[in-house]
Amino acid sequence: MTVLSGVKVEEKLFQNRYLVDAGRPHIRVRAHDVPSAGLLAMTTLCPAGCYAVNESGRVEVSADGCVECGTCRIVTQKTGEIEWNYPRGGFGVLYKFG
Amino acid sequence: MSDTGTQTPQFDAIVVGAGPSGNAAAYVMAREGLAVLQIERGEYAGSKNVQGAILYADALEQIIPDFREDAPLERHVIEQRIWTMDDRSHTGVHYRSDDFNEERPNRYTILRAQFDKWFSARVRAVGATVLFETTVTELVRDLTGRVIGVRTDRGGAPVFAPVVVLAEGVNGLVGQRSGLRKEVQPETVALAVKEMHFLPREVIEARFNLAGSEGVVIEAMGTITRGMTGTGFLYTNEESISVGIGCIVADFATSGETPYGLLEAFKNHPSIKPLLAGSEVKEYAAHLIPEGGYKAIPQLYGDGWLVVGDAGQFVNAVHREGSNLAMTTGRLAAETVIELTRKRADMTAANLARFAARLEGSFVMKDLKKYKGIPGLLHGGKAQFFGTYPRLISQAMQTWLRVDGLDKKAKEGAIARSFREARGLRGLMGDAVRLVRAWR
Repeated sequence: MTVLSGVKVEEKLFQNRYLVDAGRPHIRVRAHDVPSAGLLAMTTLCPAGCYAVNESGRVEVSADGCVECGTCRIVTQKTGEIEWNYPRGGFGVLYKFG
Repeated sequence: MSDTGTQTPQFDAIVVGAGPSGNAAAYVMAREGLAVLQIERGEYAGSKNVQGAILYADALEQIIPDFREDAPLERHVIEQRIWTMDDRSHTGVHYRSDDFNEERPNRYTILRAQFDKWFSARVRAVGATVLFETTVTELVRDLTGRVIGVRTDRGGAPVFAPVVVLAEGVNGLVGQRSGLRKEVQPETVALAVKEMHFLPREVIEARFNLAGSEGVVIEAMGTITRGMTGTGFLYTNEESISVGIGCIVADFATSGETPYGLLEAFKNHPSIKPLLAGSEVKEYAAHLIPEGGYKAIPQLYGDGWLVVGDAGQFVNAVHREGSNLAMTTGRLAAETVIELTRKRADMTAANLARFAARLEGSFVMKDLKKYKGIPGLLHGGKAQFFGTYPRLISQAMQTWLRVDGLDKKAKEGAIARSFREARGLRGLMGDAVRLVRAWR
């Protein structure tokens, strides 16, 4: 099987429709010094690539491309490192085909 | 939050969510004359929902017998392909029958966002009040803890009803945050990603040997999930192909694989790539699938509330059935509420227990009970089931089919040896026994 490197999730998300609730992100990463294994795993596990590690080794989220699956909420439920809510009614991803 | 319980209910029932379970519940109750309020956070029903998707006709037919007249159906399934795959091959069991070309076909491919929109229009047509773009934020309870209504992100006063049907999906927050059920566990939930590939219908029909609205569905397992518990799929729609792959979240978390990388590799597998050639991708979706089966089912009813659909873990992972369980649990919840409403009986846990009794009598609980051992079996044996065996099966097929001067008895010996060496006799016997035990 072909080994693929550098699959860009941004190109996939570009197909989708969103109504972004500007200035009101529905996911926040709580302040931390060292991310747990679960939070760190979100940098590969998030299907929308919303999570990244910054220069200081902390995990950041940018939820604009979020598809609201809830995986990060479930993976970090025990550590409580993520504050997760649905976007306000009507905002967020809008599936045309689903 | 507590209330005194003196409020007058404005509705007979409130339904949280407008997926298949919520729509089924709201439709059945409203059709029977109950005053129903349904609340959905999406701009329209389906805008937040994702499925493969196959619609099993029977569950919907019991709710809307004439659904075929105007439901947005893609293709009726006449052929099922079940593949075990290694990196360069697939070994398949295919079943195709002209019997599936019947007046009332048994299975259809659908596009969930469009199907849910249609179902929702039917719900409104029988008189339910449906609020879109509104997120239920919490349940309202009286001093005894009984659920008597909901609050939403629209603010204002709560809405009251004697019973709340939680059809809020696998990632439903209301029931969990109210302590009605435990959080979903990474070990018993799968993350699936999917793309919609568009192609002219003639191309799909030629590529899959189809005529008219006939369709093919492929379910695949093997090295495509790189040792994780999971499956891939490819479904033919009218003018598009749904292709996706999903694995248990806990497996993803430890493997370091990306879901989109896995999907890209699956699409580029030599058995899949030609089926998608020349297509235009129009959507990328991700969703969780509850896969814990019978053992993961939470408490399903209490004073003033019921749980249906994915929120109740109603998915038969072995048969890839979910939306039919969702619709059936929604219908059975509705029938329970209708019966109690007509008797003027209270929506207490003791009375709502009739929902559980109805479930026990249906295929839903019977099937989930039957396969209660499967999630544990796959979890414990993922290296074998998603790696070793798919590779062995491929090698065995190749050894058997290649004509290379080696005599057939020697080939049989080589195949038997390859299985013994990979798993050992005890390992093979153990896997067989465990599989039979989990299956029966």
